[in-house]
Amino acid sequence: MASAALENLKATELRLGLPGVEDDSPAPATPRGSKRGIADNKEEEAKTVTAAPAAKAQVVGWPPVRSYRKSCFQQQSKSKPAAEAPAPEKEEAAEAPPPVAGSGSLYVKVSMDGAPYLRKIDLKMYKGYRELREALEAMFLSCFSSGSGDAAAVNPADFAVTYEDKDGDLMLVGDVPFQMFMSTCKRLRIMKGSEARGLGSSSKE
Amino acid sequence: MTYFPEEVVEHIFSFLPGQHDRNTVSLVCKVWYEIERLSRRTVFVGNCYAVRPERVVLRFPNMRALTVKGKPHFADFNLVPPDWGGYAAPWIEAAARGCVGLEELRMKRMVVTDESLELLAKTFPRFRALILISCEGFSTDGLAAIASHCKLLRELDLQENEVEDRGPRWLSCFPDSCTSLVSLNFACIKGEVNAGSLERLVARSPNLRSLRLNRSVPVDTLSKILMRTPNLEDLGTGNLADDFQTESYIRLALAFDKCKMLRSLSGFWDASPFCLPFIYPVCAQLTGLNLSYAPTLDSSDLTKMISHCVKLQRLWVLDCIADKGLQVVASSCKDLQELRVFPSDFYIAGYSPVTEEGLVAISLGCQKLSSLLYFCHQMTNAALITIAKNCPNFTRFRLCILEPGKPDAMTNQPLDEGFGAIVRECKGLRRLSISGLLTDKVFMYIGTYAKELEMLSIAFAGDSDAGMMHVMKGCKNLRKLEIRDSPFGDAALLENVAKYETMRSLWMSSCNVTEKGCQVLASKMPMLNVEVINELDENNEMDENHGGLPKVDKLYVYRTTAGGRDDAPNFVKIL
Repeated sequence: MASAALENLKATELRLGLPGVEDDSPAPATPRGSKRGIADNKEEEAKTVTAAPAAKAQVVGWPPVRSYRKSCFQQQSKSKPAAEAPAPEKEEAAEAPPPVAGSGSLYVKVSMDGAPYLRKIDLKMYKGYRELREALEAMFLSCFSSGSGDAAAVNPADFAVTYEDKDGDLMLVGDVPFQMFMSTCKRLRIMKGSEARGLGSSSKE
Repeated sequence: MTYFPEEVVEHIFSFLPGQHDRNTVSLVCKVWYEIERLSRRTVFVGNCYAVRPERVVLRFPNMRALTVKGKPHFADFNLVPPDWGGYAAPWIEAAARGCVGLEELRMKRMVVTDESLELLAKTFPRFRALILISCEGFSTDGLAAIASHCKLLRELDLQENEVEDRGPRWLSCFPDSCTSLVSLNFACIKGEVNAGSLERLVARSPNLRSLRLNRSVPVDTLSKILMRTPNLEDLGTGNLADDFQTESYIRLALAFDKCKMLRSLSGFWDASPFCLPFIYPVCAQLTGLNLSYAPTLDSSDLTKMISHCVKLQRLWVLDCIADKGLQVVASSCKDLQELRVFPSDFYIAGYSPVTEEGLVAISLGCQKLSSLLYFCHQMTNAALITIAKNCPNFTRFRLCILEPGKPDAMTNQPLDEGFGAIVRECKGLRRLSISGLLTDKVFMYIGTYAKELEMLSIAFAGDSDAGMMHVMKGCKNLRKLEIRDSPFGDAALLENVAKYETMRSLWMSSCNVTEKGCQVLASKMPMLNVEVINELDENNEMDENHGGLPKVDKLYVYRTTAGGRDDAPNFVKIL
């Protein structure tokens, strides 16, 4: 049953490759199409595990839950219900997920070469470069895979994450301490590996 | 008909069920227009910028109840920047000048100031009902003004507003002579209120039928209040946290026992599971239950309680209830008409305790279900097809799969067929929100079958302009269309421009519409306001775009008789 089912699964799998092109690289790191409990593909399972930190990828205004509801839950996560978010910061505080103490947020635009539209993420959500990279992988490799017209199969290692700093220069993510990066980063850009070669091919921390 | 005395014609008009019909008879002839406008008591304005407030007041000087809605729906999810607009002041000021008989004001998604509330309180001598939903811009000082000056106040209903807390004083502002309260809802007020004032207010309000407390009100105060309100029909509890002795619970149970008329229950702030059994006796009479602000209750707490609620028609709950909990709902609540399952965790790539199985179980057990809002992490076409067959009576169907673009969990296919089944089977569908992986095909189904559809919400869906075009062509009754993060561009926007005049509004954000397309729309349709909303970018640069045309971040199009509005902020361009 295993190999036939796997074959069928692969046949119906949605990916960026042209039909007939075999894709040997691992599937994007988000749980997609796998019902809980069904894990006949060990690779699939491993990807599900690494996807957990990527859960922090946030899209502005998504899920479509009223700010009022989100802010109520933030209050409930604190020990005493009396504390509330200050009024002018309402929008920012509401965007932060429950466990994070709302000290404001730091939204930057993220573009990816070849993707038709941009995203926004809150840099304050991430503790370091690894979390950030995982979040970006989850966000771009899943959300844009259906709409993008890219012919090439998507392999995370092909991409370099760069950012534009306060001076307007394009920098490779990962060189400076994360906190310093957060304070100078104006926007992020995910470049195709071929273009990024000039800056150094690997951007991993 | 014109030979009848005016009073007779007016009397005949009074039988017309709604504004829509009254608008129609106004068009018959001048005499009817005059009779109708002078006898109109209730006015509904779905978009505050569709018409000037002065014009409304001039036409309907004898109106008693006014409803005005401001920001577009996606403002609920922070997609509309702050200071966009939706100000209540012009409406209240216009009414103050031309319609002092006003008795009721309902506002949704508007910016209301304390000054406006004070003007309201002092101007209208017969004012009796203020209902504010998802509004902002005011504080408890504004409420103090309402409490102090509205001598005949019956309803003060504050639903999910952002209210600045300036202390508990406002509740004490209700004078001793105020005995007319029928409905008081201050659940969204963040601060404390004076328990004594509250108890005294309730004690002198024999007509009180609906009371919704906020999180600060302790259990013992609730118990004392309930002893005084045997006719209460709707209750929002205060704080039900686990700080107290069994004595408090027993008092609460005794108090509940007095409330034989209680039909609807909400609140449950910080509710401890331990207090629930004391509420069981009330459950059998409930038709409405909102547990969606109680993340402290787990699936078994919830199911034990809900299994007692055999008459339930409306249930709002968190996804902690899980699929097995929904099965209990399905077997216990045969009269269920409305179900909302909210996420307890807002992360996109995670998992919910509820899946398509829970929803299928509901559809099997609750055949009267007509309104649904369901957040989950996975769905299948097979499930949706089954649900559609089991519940053909849906009028509102909103499904939110938390991960954008997620396909059928079993087959990895788009969910086109599933939603197609929904629109095909549910012939009375008026509102639909779709999610998950969706191609242009789903829109073809929607355009073909959803003939009664009035409101459609689209996110991360479709492949091309054809998708939106299907909807614009086929959905004859469409009034509100809101789209985000979908690949629809100028061609779709401009395919059927005349249709926008038949709709209240169109919202498109993070799509492929360009400024050029918006300009063309604006020039072809002068009776529309085409608002291009581009949030301030520090570098003042354009985003990545196709073919060098600057893409519009957010677009809001609405029909209007008022022309361009003069209160737009600098990041809104009205074409």
